[in-house]
Amino acid sequence: MAKPKVAFYWNASCGGCEEAVVDLAEDILKVVKAVDIVLWPVAMDWKRADVEAMKEGEIAVAFLNGGVRTSEQESWAKLLRKKSKLVVAFGACAHLGGVPGLANLHDRKSIFDAVYGYLPSVNNPTGVRPQHKSDSPEGELEIPEFYDTLYALDQVIDVDYYLPGCAPPPDLIMEAVTAILSGKLPPKGSVLAPAKSLCDTCDRNKTKPEKLEIARLKRPHETFMDPEKCFLAEGVICTGPATRSGCGERCINANMPCRGCFGPTDEVRDQGAKFLSALASIIATEDPKEMEKVVESIPDTTGLFYMYSLPASLLTRKKTIR
Amino acid sequence: MKKRITIDPITRLEGHGKIEIFLDDRGNVAKAYFQVPELRGFEKFSEGRMAEEMPRITPKICGVCPTAHHMASTKAVDDLFKVTPPRTARLIRELVYNAFMFEDHALHFYFLGGPDFVVGPDAPKAERNILGVIAKVGVETGGKVIDIRKRVRNIITTLGGRVIHPVLGLPGGVSRGLTKENREEFTKTAKDAVEFARFSLDLFGNVVLKNKGYVDAITGDVYKHRTYYMGLVDSKNKVNFYDGDIRVVDPNGKEFAKFPVRDYLKHISEHVEPWSYTKFPYLTAVGWKGFVDGEKSGIYRVAPLARLNASDGLSTPKAQAEHDRLYDTLGGKPAHNTLAYHWARLVELLHAAERMVELVKDPDIMGTELRTLPTQKPSEGIGVVEAPRGTLIHHFKSDERGIITQANLIVATVNNAPAICMSVERAAKGLIRNGNVSDGLLNRVEMAFRAYDPCFACATHALPGRMPLEVEIKGPDGTVLRRLSQFVD
Repeated sequence: MAKPKVAFYWNASCGGCEEAVVDLAEDILKVVKAVDIVLWPVAMDWKRADVEAMKEGEIAVAFLNGGVRTSEQESWAKLLRKKSKLVVAFGACAHLGGVPGLANLHDRKSIFDAVYGYLPSVNNPTGVRPQHKSDSPEGELEIPEFYDTLYALDQVIDVDYYLPGCAPPPDLIMEAVTAILSGKLPPKGSVLAPAKSLCDTCDRNKTKPEKLEIARLKRPHETFMDPEKCFLAEGVICTGPATRSGCGERCINANMPCRGCFGPTDEVRDQGAKFLSALASIIATEDPKEMEKVVESIPDTTGLFYMYSLPASLLTRKKTIR
Repeated sequence: MKKRITIDPITRLEGHGKIEIFLDDRGNVAKAYFQVPELRGFEKFSEGRMAEEMPRITPKICGVCPTAHHMASTKAVDDLFKVTPPRTARLIRELVYNAFMFEDHALHFYFLGGPDFVVGPDAPKAERNILGVIAKVGVETGGKVIDIRKRVRNIITTLGGRVIHPVLGLPGGVSRGLTKENREEFTKTAKDAVEFARFSLDLFGNVVLKNKGYVDAITGDVYKHRTYYMGLVDSKNKVNFYDGDIRVVDPNGKEFAKFPVRDYLKHISEHVEPWSYTKFPYLTAVGWKGFVDGEKSGIYRVAPLARLNASDGLSTPKAQAEHDRLYDTLGGKPAHNTLAYHWARLVELLHAAERMVELVKDPDIMGTELRTLPTQKPSEGIGVVEAPRGTLIHHFKSDERGIITQANLIVATVNNAPAICMSVERAAKGLIRNGNVSDGLLNRVEMAFRAYDPCFACATHALPGRMPLEVEIKGPDGTVLRRLSQFVD
C-alpha cells in the first residue's frame, strides 16, 4: 500500500515551527519512514507545479504554520486545502494569528508609513513604497500583495485540526502525527492538546491561596519573582488561567510568567476576554475607581492579554468607526 | 533574444527570497534584482507594547535566531529603563549567547552551507546536503554534530526555558540562575564544544583548503567584493558577540569609523526600493550609490568574515591562531572573498566555544544576584549584538510608563541585503553568457547566497523560515528562457 502523503508549508511565520520539526531529532526518522513527504521546502524537492498537478485530496495531511498576510500565502493555503484530505494549523500563528497578529492594531498604510517612512534610519525623501507590481528599466517586477489584515489560517481556509504553541513542543507534534497516521482522531476542529488550563497542570498552583486576592499588579521588571510561587498570587500578570495546558510550563520553568501562546481552552472563544474576567475576579476591591487604578498599572492590556490571539479573537482587528 | 530564467526553488538558506535576473539582447546578464516578498510589520506593532515585553515579542521575528533578537531587545530595555544588570546576570546572558552562536554556526556549516564544500559544489544534487556530509565524513561524525548541537542548545533551554524563543532576559538582569549541576554539565559541554570546533576547522582544512578547485573558487573574482565591513568590538578592538562599540573598516582595512551603539543613526541609513519589502542599509557618510562596491559606495557587509575584517582579532587564543591562519592563506586583511565567510564562521565557532568555557569557569556566574530593579523613568534604549548573520540593532523609545512609542530595527541580514544582491548578480554575470545558462549556474549562484547564511525571516521581520529562494532571469519583455529547478535537500 502506498504510504500516506504529507506536506509541510509555512506562511507568515518565523521559522520556529520548522525548527520544532527539526528538533524532533531521532523521531523525525520514524515519521519519514511512515509517510511520503511531498512538500517540505527545507528538506525535499518540490515545485508549486508538482502540487498543482496532484489530484484533489491526494495529500493525506498538510501541516501549515504561520498566519496569512499576503496574496501569495493565501494562494498557497487554498492550493493545499484543495489537494489535502486534512489540514492542520501548526503553531500559534496558524492557530490564532500569533504575535504578528498584533499588526491587526494597524493597517497596511500605517505599517508602510512606519517601516518605509518615519523610522529614524530610513532615508526615503521621495516616499517610495514597495509595490505589488513595479517597473524597472529592464521590465516589470512583482512581489506579493500585502493585506491590511493578518488572518489566522481558518479565516482563509477550512481547518481540520489545530496544533497549538509557539512553537508546538515535540511531544505534542509526535502525538498528533501518530494520531493522524493511525486514524484515531478526535472530532474535526479539535485542538490537539490537553483540555485543561495551564494553572491546572502548573506546579506553582499549590502555592496559590484558596481565595486569590491582589491589591496591586506588578510588571515583571518591577519585582523579584519568587521561583516557587504562583505569579498571580504575587501580583504579576500570568495568563495561565486563560491558557490551554500542554506546553510543559516552559516559560514558568525559566521563572517567567505565561503569555498565552497555547491559546484558550475549549470552553473559551476569546482568550483576552477570558483573562480579563479572571483578573477582575481576583482584584481585591469592589470600588470601580480602585479597580480602574489597579488595571491602569498594566498600560497595554491588549498587547498582553491578546499577545498571540488577536486575529482569532472576537475583535479580529482594530476597527475604525466612521 | 529576450530572456528570462527562473530557478525555482533554490535552497539551504533561511527565509524566502526572490531574485530576478534580466538578460540583455545578447543574452548576457544586464541586471539582477534581489527581492524579498513579504513583511510582517514588527516595527509598527511594537508601538503601544510594554517595553519589558519586547524581549518576548521580537524573537518572533525569527525562530532560527530568536536568541539574537531576545538579547538585542533585552539590552535595549536595560538601556531604556537605565539599569545595569549585575555581573552574574551579564555572565549568564553571555553564556547563553555564545551557546546560541555556536549551535547556529554549526547548523549553517553542516546543514546549509558546508555541503557545497564538504560534498562539493559539483557533486550530485542528491548528495549536497547533511546526509551527503555524513556520508563523506562518516556516521560517527554525523552523530557528533547532532549530539553537540543538542547539548549546547540544552544550555539555552535550561536557562531560557525554551530554545525556540527563550525568555530569560528582562530589564536589569535574567530570570533564573545556574545550579551546581547545571554548571558541571555546561562545563563539560563547553569543553566538548571547543574540541568539536577544532575538529570542524580540521575538516575544513583537509576537505576544502587542500582542494585546489575550492581554493580557486574562494579566491576567485566571481565571489569577491571590495566593500566596507562592520562589527562589534571590545575596548581592544577584538570581536565581541554580546557587547561593544561598532567599528567600520574601509575596503583597504583602515578604520573608517568606531562609535558607541547609541550613535548608530549618525552612521547608518536605509534606502527603499519599490520592488522589495526589505530595506537597503548603507553608510550615511559615503552615501547610497546603487548596487556597486568599492570605496565610493556606502554598501558595507556584516557577519563572520566582516566581523573578523572589522576587528583586530579575537580574544581567545585558539580562535586567534585560526584567525591568523585564515588571513595568511587569503593574503592579508581585510579579505573580500565572499566564500571565506564559511571559514570565518568556523573560526567564530571556536571562539564561541572558548568563550563558553571562560564564562562557565568564572566564579561569579554562580552569584545569586540576578536582577537590578529599575528605579528611573524609562525613555529610550538601544541594544546591539552581533547575531550569527551580523550586527543587529534594536532601538526603542517609550513614554514614562514604559509604553513603546517608536521601534526601529536594523536586522542582521538586512545589512547584507545590498551585498547579497551584488553577489548574485556577479555570480550570474560570470556564468551566463550569450543566453547559455550553464547547468552549474544554479548551485554556483546559490553559493553566492549561502556564504552570507542569509535569513530572510529576519530580513523582512517577515519571512517564513527556510523557504526556498526563487531566481528568475528574464529579458526586457519578460520571456522565460528556461526554468531550472533545484533539487532541494
